[in-house]
Order: sequence, then C-alpha cells, then structure tokens
Amino acid sequence: MRYLTARKRAEGNGASGTGTAHHWYMQVSAVALAFMVPTFLYIVGSALGGTHEEVLATFARPFPAILTGMTLFVGVMHFNKGAQMMIEDYARGSMRRGLIMLVICISYATIATGLFALAKIAL
Amino acid sequence: MADVNPGDRPLSPHLSIYRPQLSSITSILTRITGNALIVAVVLVVWWLFAAATSPEYFAMANGLMTSWFGDLVMTLALWGVWYHYLAGLRHLYFDAGHGLDIPTATKLGWGVIIGSVVLTIITLFLV
Repeated sequence: MRYLTARKRAEGNGASGTGTAHHWYMQVSAVALAFMVPTFLYIVGSALGGTHEEVLATFARPFPAILTGMTLFVGVMHFNKGAQMMIEDYARGSMRRGLIMLVICISYATIATGLFALAKIAL
Repeated sequence: MADVNPGDRPLSPHLSIYRPQLSSITSILTRITGNALIVAVVLVVWWLFAAATSPEYFAMANGLMTSWFGDLVMTLALWGVWYHYLAGLRHLYFDAGHGLDIPTATKLGWGVIIGSVVLTIITLFLV
C-alpha cells in the first residue's frame, strides 16, 4: 500500500516527472556559458592555425586549459539536455528513448576525449 | 493518475502548419544552431586529441581544420555560436517575463540576427 496520495505524488513534478530541474539546469549552464564562451572563442580561435608547438604551449598553461575544459564540459552538457528537448518534441516511444541514449553517449564520449587530450597536453 | 494516456499526446511544435514569422524563425534557428554546434565541438576535440597524440596525427587534423573546408565549417560554427549566444540571452530575458510584446520581440529578433553577423565579423578580424 502506498501512503502518498495521487496529488502528493504528482505535485511539482509535471509531465517530465522531474519538475523544473531540466529547465533550471539549462538556465544555469546558459548563464555560465555566457561568461565563458567569449574567452573560449578567443583561446581556441587564436590557437587554431598555429604550429603543433604553439598549440601544445597554449594548452599547457593553466588558464587556457582549465577554461577550455570547463567550457567543454558545461557546453556539451548544455547540448545534451537541449538535444533531449528537441528529441522529445519530434520523436516518441522507442525512437525517443534510443535517440536520447545516443545523445548521452556522444556527449560523455566527447567530454572524456577532450578532457583526456587537455590533461595529456597539460601534464 | 490512472486516466493518464501518455502515448497519444500531440508532438509540440507544429512546424508544417505554422506560418513562418520572425519570432518562429529565430526560435527554430536557435535550436538548429545549438544542435549543429556539436559537430564543431567534436571537430575541435578531435583536433586537440590529435595535438595530444603525435605530430603526424596533428598535421593531419590541423590540415583539415585549416583547409578551405575547415575554415568554412569553423566560420559557420562561429556564427552559430554567436547566434545561439544572443538568442540564448533573449531566451533568458523572455523567461524572466520581459520583452514578450510583439514590437519588442520583433526588435530583439532582428537584434539577434544582425548582432550575430556583426559579432562573427568582429571575431574573425580580432582572433
């Protein structure tokens, strides 16, 4: 027997079952990215086109390495949840679940590869 | 909760029956740029990974990234970033309950479009 009433179970959680957590994450990461992206563009834009030594020297310094890693993580997680919204708008059923799983896999693989590369260059 | 039918709800943006207008076009472009940007992110991560791996691998990845095709993709991605950036700020402003009347929303729409092009050109010159 469940002691919660149906109303109590549903309250604040909406159709998603997780309330406003998803939307709140998008807002927080959007504000964070608004601060980080211009500097990220400057760092990566300046490094692009340089020689191998120049690129290694750039990302061996703490600030470019940490900011690139942070922007990569927050940016890709923002993509992850944004892409989930798009999939939920246009697909349903098994297709929806499969595509969301695929997006999560792509997101974590991209983050892991990028952080590995940054760590290898920096250390 | 027994009477809920989760399998037969309409999917939300009815793109095919919605008359295109500035607010809808700028909104759908936000989604397109945001999702397309993963291609640029994967390319940059691949380029970083190549730099971390070996000079030969870097030469290959860097050759593609700095070719005319790589420049084209990165320039489009740069516009995509700035577009999504400004449209995202507009989204936060809308979410806070401001700028939702039609004249203001239209001004903000043009601001996002023109601003993204201007910021792209500035970035291309400065960086």
